[in-house]
Amino acid sequence: MTTASLADPLDPLGPDQRTLLRLATAGSVDDGKSTLIGRLLFDSKQTFIDQMEAIERSSRTRGEDDVNLAYLTDGLRSEREQGITIDVAYRYFSTPRRKFILADTPGHVQYTRNMVTGASTADAALLLVDARRGVLEQTRRHAYLSNLLGIRHFVLCVNKMDLVDWDRPVFDAISEELTRFAGRMGVTDVQAIPISAKLGDWVVEPSQNMSWYPGPPLLELLETLEASDPPQHHASRFPVQYVVRPLREAYHDYRGYAGTMASGVLRVGDRVKVMPSGAETTVAGIDAFDHELAEATPPMAVTVRLTDQLDIRRGSMIVAADHPPIAASSIDAHVCWMSERVPLRERDRLVVKHTTQTTRALVEEVGARLDVNTLEYDLTASQLSLNEIGRVRLRLMAPLSVDPYDESRETGAFILIDEATSATVGAGMITAGE
Amino acid sequence: MTTTATRPAALDTLSWLEAEGIHIIREVAAELERPCLLFSGGKDSIVMLRLAEKAFWPARIPFPVMHVDTGHNFPEAIDFRDRRVAELDVELIVASVQDSIDQGRVVEETGPRASRNRLQTVTLLDAVLAHDFDALFGGARRDEEKARAKERIFSFRDAFGQWDPSNQRPELWNLYNGKLTRGEHIRAFPLSNWTELDVWQYIKREDLEIPSIYFAHDRPMFKRDGMLFPVSEFVPRLPGEDPFDARVRFRTVGDMTCTAGVLSEAETLEAVVAEIAATRITERGETRADDRFSEAAMEDRKREGYF
Repeated sequence: MTTASLADPLDPLGPDQRTLLRLATAGSVDDGKSTLIGRLLFDSKQTFIDQMEAIERSSRTRGEDDVNLAYLTDGLRSEREQGITIDVAYRYFSTPRRKFILADTPGHVQYTRNMVTGASTADAALLLVDARRGVLEQTRRHAYLSNLLGIRHFVLCVNKMDLVDWDRPVFDAISEELTRFAGRMGVTDVQAIPISAKLGDWVVEPSQNMSWYPGPPLLELLETLEASDPPQHHASRFPVQYVVRPLREAYHDYRGYAGTMASGVLRVGDRVKVMPSGAETTVAGIDAFDHELAEATPPMAVTVRLTDQLDIRRGSMIVAADHPPIAASSIDAHVCWMSERVPLRERDRLVVKHTTQTTRALVEEVGARLDVNTLEYDLTASQLSLNEIGRVRLRLMAPLSVDPYDESRETGAFILIDEATSATVGAGMITAGE
Repeated sequence: MTTTATRPAALDTLSWLEAEGIHIIREVAAELERPCLLFSGGKDSIVMLRLAEKAFWPARIPFPVMHVDTGHNFPEAIDFRDRRVAELDVELIVASVQDSIDQGRVVEETGPRASRNRLQTVTLLDAVLAHDFDALFGGARRDEEKARAKERIFSFRDAFGQWDPSNQRPELWNLYNGKLTRGEHIRAFPLSNWTELDVWQYIKREDLEIPSIYFAHDRPMFKRDGMLFPVSEFVPRLPGEDPFDARVRFRTVGDMTCTAGVLSEAETLEAVVAEIAATRITERGETRADDRFSEAAMEDRKREGYF
């Protein structure tokens, strides 16, 4: 693979402009997911000699012919014993062009909440299909949830091509089926690659066995994937996280609002509104420790100064004056329920955490429940059990400044907390607010 | 104010990681009552402390830092610790394993391989109770080992300080749930998504001072279990463990009784990072494996065993 490298690995201290791509992948026993991840780590040369020796030993101990790369991603003891992935694991690898964080999640229905967790921070989904078995229920579920969680870029790996004699029609049929399925959900960026994770074909290097595929290999595709929208396409949102009052001699009158840019671009001189009051003011300065910035974009962590003294605290949101969010006292959302203890029922009271705001909510209606296998909604549902996803209407004790999740992940997402146990019991994606 | 829409460049990885770390630190400071940052003078905690400094600037860091002190320190690391704390004008709490021993809370191991490493846990948990801390910032990273790869950024500890990997709260987006039930505290890991190389690159980019033992220096050492340990009053040597002078550096600044050094000529940050990066490159198969480099990698594994 010849690529113009931005950061020479031999000069790791040179200015490193490499960006980050966050991926989520899901799968279950035998679909070759762990082998693929092991292969990416191994072929992108992220494994240490001693790690390799250890997995060679494991492979021998368990009577396997070849070194099983899947052992590189072995996790918790119970997982190793059962041969499955239960929880999300995060893997790190890099190439001269990009750094990657891969959320490796289980594919089983009973671990849907973990798949949702992994997808919540991902830019792209890595979908894995066994060439012999084609697009399965699990593949469709993974694709559907990825889309629901706001992922618009799918990379489809048709794996185990070695077991179907590198047959092009097999690949074409699977690729067409999934592209059609994704298209129905509105996902237009689906890139399909025929691979053999076990043998390495088209993972990092071109394949002799499948010269009918023009390339590029998976890793190169991931290196060049354009996965994020330019921030200026969105209205600016800056949830206030912490009020900075130094109370030191040198900064006696300093008052800054610390937070993380959620969407859009905030520039010095911008006219802004402060939610929930709606009061207007102007951005006087944007501070980032030892220097001032002219503008801030997601996900920069900065401190904003304003020209007027207003009542601003944690939970306030500084927003574009001409394009404010919805001040919602009631929201409609897709909710993935995560509690093992109790189902989500109408009339339940829960704590909602949205950006830096926390309030209470009353469940007014559970309107529909998704069948994650048929991907159809059951409109007669009135509650959600563990791992179920449904359309829910919540009435809020205090208004929240929200956007539809489709427009802004950061200001469209919330979690639900069980007051009795303090556990996180739900993940919500806002569709509408009023 | 200009009306031309400029196109802001995507953040590079280090800036992204820095922003995430600052976000996490601010969330903890905003949602928990009594946080505390664990600071050993080691490279990861140096980076974490820098993020805390940035998170609240121009205000002081609004929580104390704590060092769990086994008493078996590299003097260079303690000097550095005290200097850095004074510079930032933050409160330093030293939780001493010696005190735990004197109070009979723990019993010191004996023999030439005795270490206070495991005793630290009791000292740490006692300090959490004594100071009523509800959150501790730690510098652990998910790339360090298998179990850590699955640990949450806000990780809960029960009243016994234990982590239950099968009962972790789901953690979505950047929405961290800091609600505690009685007796619990959280460990917050702002560097979860950093790799070892990220940490070094950041130290370089920010021009951060690190203790001198990270650089190559001459020191009396002895060999045990195939590793090089520093000669110190804390470690009785076994027959045959004769001291000799060696040019070494350390990859971590832990307890002197269980921190091994690697042979090295790297006297500058550039040289240290080149050696560490070369470790990867070697093992990525790009060049032939070199004994010294693979020894450094083995040390990583050993370190996992210790903790």
